Amino acid sequence: MSLHSILLKGGWVIDPVNGIDGEADILLEDGHVTQLGPELKVRPGTPVVEVPQGCVLCPGFIDMRVHLSEPGYEHKETVSTGLAAAAAGGFTAVASMPNTEPVNDDAGITGLVLAKAAEAELVRVHPVGAVTRGLAGERLAELGELREAGCVAVSNGVRSVADANLMRRVLEYASMCGMAVIDHCEDVLLTQDGVANDGFQAAALGLRGMPSAAEDIFVERDVTLSGMTGAPLHIAHLSTRGALEAVRSGKARDFPVSCEVTPHHLTLTDDRLDGYDTNYKVNPPLREQQDVEALLQGLQDGTIDCIASDHEPHHYDEKLVEFDRAPFGIAGLETVVSICLDRLIHPGYLSLTRLVELLAINPARILGVVGGSLGVGSPADITVLAPDLPVTVNAGEFRSLARNTPFDGWALRGGVAASIVGGRTVYSNSSVDGAVEFETVTSDQ
Amino acid sequence: MSQQADSSLGDPAGPLVLGTTVGLRTKDLLGIGDLSSEEILLILDTAEAMKEVGTRPIKKVPALRGRTVVNLFFEPSTRTRMSFEIAEKRLSADTLNMTASGLSVVKGETLVDTVRNLGAMAPDLIIVRHASAGAGHVVARLCSAGVINAGDGMHEHPTQALLDALTIRQHKGRFDGLKVSIIGDLLHSRVFRSNLLLLQKLGADVCACAPTTLMLSGMNRFGVRSTTSVDEAVDGADVIMLLRIQLERMRGHFIPSLREYFQRFGMTTDRLRLAKPDVIIMHPGPLNRGVEIASEVADGPYSVILEQVANGVAVRMAVLYLLAGGHQG
Amino acid sequence: MVAEQLARTVIRMAHEIVERHHSLESLALIGVRTRGVPIAKRLSVALEKISGTSVPTGALDITLYRDDLMRYPVGPQPILRKTEIEFSIDDRRILLVDDVLYTGRTIRAALDALIDFGRPRSIELLVLVDRGHRELPIKADYVGKNVPTSLRESVQVRLMETEGQDEVVIEEDEPAS
Repeated sequence: MSLHSILLKGGWVIDPVNGIDGEADILLEDGHVTQLGPELKVRPGTPVVEVPQGCVLCPGFIDMRVHLSEPGYEHKETVSTGLAAAAAGGFTAVASMPNTEPVNDDAGITGLVLAKAAEAELVRVHPVGAVTRGLAGERLAELGELREAGCVAVSNGVRSVADANLMRRVLEYASMCGMAVIDHCEDVLLTQDGVANDGFQAAALGLRGMPSAAEDIFVERDVTLSGMTGAPLHIAHLSTRGALEAVRSGKARDFPVSCEVTPHHLTLTDDRLDGYDTNYKVNPPLREQQDVEALLQGLQDGTIDCIASDHEPHHYDEKLVEFDRAPFGIAGLETVVSICLDRLIHPGYLSLTRLVELLAINPARILGVVGGSLGVGSPADITVLAPDLPVTVNAGEFRSLARNTPFDGWALRGGVAASIVGGRTVYSNSSVDGAVEFETVTSDQ
Repeated sequence: MSQQADSSLGDPAGPLVLGTTVGLRTKDLLGIGDLSSEEILLILDTAEAMKEVGTRPIKKVPALRGRTVVNLFFEPSTRTRMSFEIAEKRLSADTLNMTASGLSVVKGETLVDTVRNLGAMAPDLIIVRHASAGAGHVVARLCSAGVINAGDGMHEHPTQALLDALTIRQHKGRFDGLKVSIIGDLLHSRVFRSNLLLLQKLGADVCACAPTTLMLSGMNRFGVRSTTSVDEAVDGADVIMLLRIQLERMRGHFIPSLREYFQRFGMTTDRLRLAKPDVIIMHPGPLNRGVEIASEVADGPYSVILEQVANGVAVRMAVLYLLAGGHQG
Repeated sequence: MVAEQLARTVIRMAHEIVERHHSLESLALIGVRTRGVPIAKRLSVALEKISGTSVPTGALDITLYRDDLMRYPVGPQPILRKTEIEFSIDDRRILLVDDVLYTGRTIRAALDALIDFGRPRSIELLVLVDRGHRELPIKADYVGKNVPTSLRESVQVRLMETEGQDEVVIEEDEPAS
C-alpha cells in the first residue's frame, strides 16, 4: 500500500480543539492528518503545497442545514450541484434535510442520497432523516432504521410537529437512537398564510404577517420537552430575540439544547422587503433590527452554537412570481463564509476561533460526525480561508443551480481559498494567488 | 400660453419649456408612497381640469389618441374597472380589457408570462388589479409600459386615495389640520393604507378606528392616532371615511358577528352628532348597509359617496394623462 | 409696448368689434389660456362701456387638443388648466381671444376644442400681437399690433393679472444648450 502524503506548508492554522492559533505545517497522509506543527520535517519527495500568503487553515466547515432537493426537486438542485456549491462555499460536509420528494423517511432514500454523494466525490454528506412519516407530523418514522442507513440526525424539515405528545416521543426515540432532533419551530396556526415578519413593514406593504411569537412559542415548548426527556434538541434557523431567550434559559438549566442562526438573519431585516423582491422571502422571515442585535449578542455570549446556510435552492421561475406565491428560501451555501468574514469577523463581533467553533466544532459535536479538529488522526478536511480577499457576490456564477440570493452584487471582504476533503482538494479559488496549487498537487494523488 | 406652446409645437427638436410642462417622476403609479406632496397636488389640479370634460355635450378629448391602455384585472371589480375605462375612453385611448375569467391565468399561465405576452403587444399603459400585494411591482419590472396599480391585495389603491382627496378638497378646501377619521377593517384595506399615506403627506390629522383585531401590526409606527372608540373617532371629525367590513371576516375570528360590529362601530345618525356640523361621510364602496354604515347615513345629507364615484373618473383621467408622458428620469 | 399703449390697443379693438357687429347680443368672448383670458375680460369691460351690452366671457384650455401631445413616447406633459365656458356656444358668435399669434397651431387646437362644446354661428379671432411665421392657414380678424420678428426671437406678453405688470417685449431667445 502506497502512502499518499502532502505537506501544507507555512499556513496560519486555527484549531481551537488542539489550542493552535499560529503558523504551522500540516502533513496529510491517506486522507488523514498525521502531523501538525511548526516547520515539520518530512520524507524527501513529499509533495508540498505552499499555503498562499494570508490564508488561514481551519478544520473543515460543516453546514448544519442544507436542502439538496434530490430526489424530487432536481430542477432546483441536485446532490452533485449542491455539493459543488458547498465545496465552493468552503464546506467539507453538509447535513442534508429530509424534505425531499419522496421524503427521507426511509432507508432507501437515505441510501440514494449517500450514493449520489459518493458519485459526486466532493464534500461529505450527512443525511438527516424525517421525524415523522412523510413529514406529515402524524406517525413516527422508523428512526432506528434511518440511523442504520446512515442518518446522523432527524428533523421535521420545514414543518413543525404540531402535536406536543408526538414531539415528546420523537425526542425520546431519536435520543435512544443516538440522534439529535433538528427542529423547525413555527406555530402554523399563528403564522396562518403569512409571508413576512408580522410588524410595521409587513403591515405597510400589505403582506400577511408571521408573528415572532409563532417561533418563540414552539421553541419554548420544545426546549421544555428537551428538558423533560433529556433528549438532545437543536433549534434550526433561530431568528427571534424571544426564541433565543428560550434557548438561553434551557441552557441555563442544563437542557441538551443547541441552536443555529443563518447569515441572512444576522445581516438583513424586513426593511428589505420594500420592492417585493422574492429573494428576501424566507422562513423564518427576516425579522427586525432588535432581533438582529439579539442574535449578534447570542453569537458572542455562546448561546448560539452554529451558523448554517439553510441553503434552500429554487428555480428562477418559482421565485419570479407574486410575493405571496413565491416559495420561501435563500440559496446560501456560497455566501456564508464571505458574509461571516465581512460582517462578523472584520467588524470585530467575533474572532476567527469563535467562527471555527460555529462552523466546524459545534456542528461536528451536535451531529456526532467526524471533523471539527485538525488533530493527528482527524480526517484531512480543511477549509482554507482568504480573510482579506475582495469578493463580489455574483449569483450568475454560483455552482448551485439556484440563483435565489438577496446578496447578489454585494461587495464583501473575505472568501474561501480552497476546500480539502479527505486530503483531496474539491475546490480552489482562482482569484486567490497560489490557491490553485492545492488542486494541482492533490489531484496528482 | 399660446406663445410658448407654439414655440415648442413649431420646433420639435427644441426643449419643452419648463414651467409649462409637468410630469411625475416615475413611469408608474404603484402607490401613494412613491408620490411627493407636490405630485399629489399636481394630480388633483389636473383632475379638477379633467372634471370639466365630463360636463361637456361631447365628453371626449383627443389627448390620448393612438395610445393603448390595457385594463388587466385579475380580481373581479366593477366600479374601478368601469371608472378606468370611462376615463380612458374620454381621453380617446384605445382600451383593452382583460378580466379574471378571460385571462389565461385560469389556464395556468403565470402573471409573468401574461405580462410578457402583453408587453410584446406594446401597450402604453397597463392598469393592474391583483389579489397579491406588490403585483404591480412585478408587472412594472417586466415591461416598459407605465403601470397604474388599481389595487394590489392589502397593499395600496392609489387612485382611490386620490379621488378621496379630490372630494375632501372640494368640500373643505384644505387638508392641513383637517381631522379625518377612518373607521372599519383597517387590516385588510388597501384603501386605508393609500389614504393614510396621502393624508399624512398633505398634513391632515388622521385618526384610525377599528376593533383591535382589525388594526395593523406596528400601528404606532404609522404615526397615526388609533382608537377602538368610535365616539372618539367621530368627535370633532371634519371627514369620516368608512371602510367595508367583509362578511368572511367572521371566520378569521376578527369579529364575533356583523350585528355586534354594527352596534359598536357602525355609523349611525346618532353617533354623527359628535362630528363637526359640516362633516362629510365617505365610503369607497361597495356599501354594506347596516354593517359599517346605516342607510340613513349613506343616503343622508352628509354623504358624498356618489361624488367620490364621479371624481374617480376625473382623477383617473388625470393620472392617465400625466403618465402617458412616460418616465421623466 | 408699454402699459398705456396696451390699454389703448384694447379699447381700439373693442371699437372695431362694435363697428363690425350690428348687435353684441349673441356675441361671447372666449380667451385661450393663459393670457387670452384676461385680455378677453378687459375687452368685455371695454365693450360694455362702449355699447352698454354685457358680453359673456369664457376660458378655454387647449392642452388636451395639442397636436404634439402624443408625438413623443417620452416627455413631460403640458400643465392642464381648467376650461370654463358657462354658457352654451350653440348659435352664438364666438370671438376667440389670444395674446400672440405665431404658428397658428394653438388656434387650430382651440377651434377643435370649441366644436366639442357645440355649434357656434361663427368664430372670429382676435390677437394682441401677430408675430408672423404661420404654419397653418389661419388669419386673425382683429390684430392689436403686427410685430415682425425673427425665429430666434420670442414675444413676451406680460399682463397685470398674470405677471403683475402690463408690457409686450421682444426677447432674443437664449441659444439652445
